[in-house]
Amino acid sequence: MQESNLVREKKKFQVIGTRPKRPDGTDKVTGRALYGGDINLPSMIYGEILRSPHAHAKIISIDYQEALAIEGVKAVITAEDFPSLEDVTKKVGEGAVNIRYRSNNILAKEKVLYQGHPIAAVAAKDKNIARLAIEKIIVKYEILSPVLDVREAMKEDAPILLEELRTVSMGEKIDKPTNIAKHIQLKRGNIEDSFAESDIIIEREFYTSMVHQGYIEPQSVTALYNNDGDISVWTSTQGAFIAQQQISDVLNIPLSKINVIPMEIGGGFGGKVSVYLDPVAILLSKKSGSLPVKITMSRKDVLMATGPTSGSYIKVKLGAKNNGIFTAVHAYLAYEAGAYPGSPVGGGAVSLFAPYKLDHLLIDAYDVVVNKPKSEPYRAPGTTNAIFASESIIDEIAVKLKIDPIELRLINAVKEGDRRIDGPTYGRIGLIEILEEIKAHPHYHSKLRGKYQGRGIATGFWFNYAGKSSVYASINGDGTVNLIEGSTDIGGSRASMAMQLAETMELPYESIIPKVVDTNSIGYTEGTYGSRTTYSTGWATHNLGNELIRLMKEKAAAHFETEIGNIVYSKGNFTSSDKEISFIDLAKLMKGNPVTASSSIHPKRASPGFGTHIVDVEVDPETYKVTILRYTAFQDVGTAIHPSYVEGQIQGGVVQGIGWALNEEYIYDDTGNLVNHTLLDYRMPTSYDLPMIDTVLIEVPDPDHPFGVKGVGEVPIVPPAAAIANAINDAIGHRLNRLPMSPKNIFESINQVK
Amino acid sequence: MQNFDYIRVKSKDELSELLDKQNKEIKLLSGGTDLIPQLREGKKDIEIIVDVKNINEMNELSFDNTLGLYIGAAVSCLNICQDVKVKTMYPGLIDAISLIGGVQIQGRASVGGNLCNSSPAADSIPALIVHKSICIIESKDGIREVPVEQFCTGPGKNVLNKNEFLAGIRVPKVDPEFGAAYLRFIPRNEMDIAVVGVGASVEIKEGHITTARLALGAVDATPRYFDDVFEPLLGMAINDENLDRILDDIGQSISTRINPITDMRGSAEQRKHLSKVLTKRTLLKAIERASNQQEVN
Ligand SMILES: Cc1cc2nc3c(=O)[nH]c(=O)nc-3n(C[C@H](O)[C@H](O)[C@H](O)COP(=O)(O)OP(=O)(O)OC[C@H]3O[C@@H](n4cnc5c(N)ncnc54)[C@H](O)[C@@H]3O)c2cc1C
Repeated sequence: MQESNLVREKKKFQVIGTRPKRPDGTDKVTGRALYGGDINLPSMIYGEILRSPHAHAKIISIDYQEALAIEGVKAVITAEDFPSLEDVTKKVGEGAVNIRYRSNNILAKEKVLYQGHPIAAVAAKDKNIARLAIEKIIVKYEILSPVLDVREAMKEDAPILLEELRTVSMGEKIDKPTNIAKHIQLKRGNIEDSFAESDIIIEREFYTSMVHQGYIEPQSVTALYNNDGDISVWTSTQGAFIAQQQISDVLNIPLSKINVIPMEIGGGFGGKVSVYLDPVAILLSKKSGSLPVKITMSRKDVLMATGPTSGSYIKVKLGAKNNGIFTAVHAYLAYEAGAYPGSPVGGGAVSLFAPYKLDHLLIDAYDVVVNKPKSEPYRAPGTTNAIFASESIIDEIAVKLKIDPIELRLINAVKEGDRRIDGPTYGRIGLIEILEEIKAHPHYHSKLRGKYQGRGIATGFWFNYAGKSSVYASINGDGTVNLIEGSTDIGGSRASMAMQLAETMELPYESIIPKVVDTNSIGYTEGTYGSRTTYSTGWATHNLGNELIRLMKEKAAAHFETEIGNIVYSKGNFTSSDKEISFIDLAKLMKGNPVTASSSIHPKRASPGFGTHIVDVEVDPETYKVTILRYTAFQDVGTAIHPSYVEGQIQGGVVQGIGWALNEEYIYDDTGNLVNHTLLDYRMPTSYDLPMIDTVLIEVPDPDHPFGVKGVGEVPIVPPAAAIANAINDAIGHRLNRLPMSPKNIFESINQVK
Repeated sequence: MQNFDYIRVKSKDELSELLDKQNKEIKLLSGGTDLIPQLREGKKDIEIIVDVKNINEMNELSFDNTLGLYIGAAVSCLNICQDVKVKTMYPGLIDAISLIGGVQIQGRASVGGNLCNSSPAADSIPALIVHKSICIIESKDGIREVPVEQFCTGPGKNVLNKNEFLAGIRVPKVDPEFGAAYLRFIPRNEMDIAVVGVGASVEIKEGHITTARLALGAVDATPRYFDDVFEPLLGMAINDENLDRILDDIGQSISTRINPITDMRGSAEQRKHLSKVLTKRTLLKAIERASNQQEVN
């Protein structure tokens, strides 16, 4: 790890910072890549899931005798087939879940808590029979009133979703039935005095709807419960080991019995961490006499019953001095957890003002269950909602104080050594560098041309996560290196791992052959989330490279009949006084006696991500349709290993943020039916709705990481909603406090004002 | 999707014969871009699907100097949009037809299917109405003609009897004085169903408006035709300084005469507002087309 310092300085890199083609590219562009649904096994049968038509109901009885009697039906299961579980909270991904709730979310027990909640599953020899059988299952319900709004759910007389749920308020349990799972409070300084000393105070309320990650590949799982009890699961997941752990927890089966084979993944964005179908497919396979079972969700299933991110109500009061210095914050956040506890409200509470210095604050945050699908992470979970609120208010202060919005942010921006609002001290962060860069950028100085055009700015924050990773390598007889890893490749990480290994080993990128393998074939590796893979798996890869070189030096020393201390390795050659042998020639000599090494790592922390975006919009003053004219995202990326993939991460995040800002939302009717469960009416932006998203990569390397990597994948989704809201205000002089800022919502907002 | 029988017919006679004899639940299949998704969602109970795409007469797209344009019910939107004659003579129709779906959908979807699906939001219908188009309906009993504005009777419902089918649509020949346009509002720029769609046509003689027609989609249970709100426009010079105000007034009056619903695609109030905005914009575009047309001639 000592040696890592050597490669920290910029521009000394050979491979890092170049843009080689990705190892998985050919398979993906030719359609040969195998995704979750592409696995087909001999004598495979098909599973289908019966889902609740009601948002809130007691299950009185389930009768599946008729379904089971249909020719071709091999098995039917309900929650009765799952083991009874205690309330145990386990870490899953970056969050924690109660495994009993997780089990009940997979197949409902006693109660259904949202429309689409799975109740029973059938496996049959073909899909049509399975579907027919599903229709023959008779479920008797006692229908209860649904609670669909976070603030309604918090009321004293609200219908209760989970009878046993008690609020844990700042660590203490409050003993009465409730829908509020958790209350967190952040408190520092003295807000009363600070507000009293403020020259300007702005207080506003904000509302956001549930939105979905919108990954294009629906969940698909194929599972085999073998006759000896060994289980194989083929699935597209953000983390094979995380899937393995959840399956083990929910089915009460030892980890070692479960091999999860990760397929290529068609997007996840946080939504493919939790398991839904896997335990169901496994039990169906077991019950049908060890036939492999495949279950694939429809788009409707995905939208209705996999976890979107929380809708929210946020109230923020911010004070400032006339010189722009922020004085105090008082905030209240309530997030919809969906059917079971676990919204990302904690992250929202901290990220709200994480980019700024603030000594006086009081922030209350509530995690609240409602009759909607259990929320799951979505790119910088909880943060887009929060920043929409805080950066809108900051913009309002900038306008009122007549301070340039970048200046206002510079005045308050955190830098190395400052404290984050919840306490920890920041390391080497690049927010100031970002803001300075914007001041010098042509976009910031360009003129807007139309009457209804406007410009908006917002800064985003994301914690970033490190986590555990393992890698393994063997040197082949021709001098190439097999790199085996456990990190799902979502954003091009096979390429960025190969690049980091090539850089460390001073070999060409093409010499590295990376592969993501199943849980039986590599050491424990956390999932691809928290913008952690290029950081942690990359770090492990760097250590691995150093170890491989050390082992090769031993070989070279033996070859030259000298001590290892006499061997120098540089640019692919081993030398000892006047003798020299290339890496490739040495590898050739070792044929049949390969060098192998492995490396596991658990970095304690990762640098957080900051980004500031500028957007120009035009608003149709009659239809209120918002057109994005120009967009530039500035981000501290640490070191861009493969700049194209960093740009791609930023562009993708921005586009998702634009969708969230302008048109995406879950629309429920009064009974709790999700009405827009198609991609026609769940309106993600299309290519026609977007300009080129320009990116500016600012490299402020993480001093701990051997190559200075910082996570880049999540922060880009955070600023767009706020930046666009600020731009709309600049264009038409109207502030919006509700997402999405769809033509309908703008129309309604303006007509309420009138 | 439920199981069904599939029959492919080769001629209109064969089709009439089949429709006359069958008493099972039959649906005709043209491009299938409405029908197949509806079957998938389990929205329809169907026993037999009769594919009409292979009937030559129903794929006819022709122009006659006295009768005008004939669009066979199964002609794809793509074929219509690529037809030079249609493009130059009926830009207002192209406005609407070119909006239906994207490239892939256009290759399959037909205007006949758009009409027969009878969605209140169907894009082609308001444009067809303001072109005074006629549905040609056939059955074993013979042929009857129904103006497009009378074809739809409710969401998903139309005047076709069980033994009838739509053979084609006749769009009258247009004079150089004629101009038409169709505009719709959707929140995105692609892949949305009209929140409101407005078709308008005008005729202009010697710089003065002599007729005007307006049809709106997605504002009521069926596409709505308005032939009586134009009194203030008639005889008006196209450069009259009051034109702008009068178009606003017409838009205002239209917005009070429709019965839009509130759903996931828009609220009733928003639809009324958009009807007003689009009425004006579409009429202006139609006027512009009619006057440009005359400059060319
Ligand atoms: C992705 C997508 C996007 C779309 N976008 C739009 C859009 O922007 N605007 C819009 O208006 N529509 C849109 N649609 C709907 C659809 O494409 C159109 O309505 C299309 O014109 C239907 O034509 P079709 O030939 O595919 O009809 P089909 O699906 O074949 O038929 C539709 C209905 O008409 C009946 N039918 C068909 N032909 C006859 C006949 N000759 N006589 C009697 N009955 C008949 C069928 O039985 C069926 O009930 C979209 C659909 C999809 C899937």
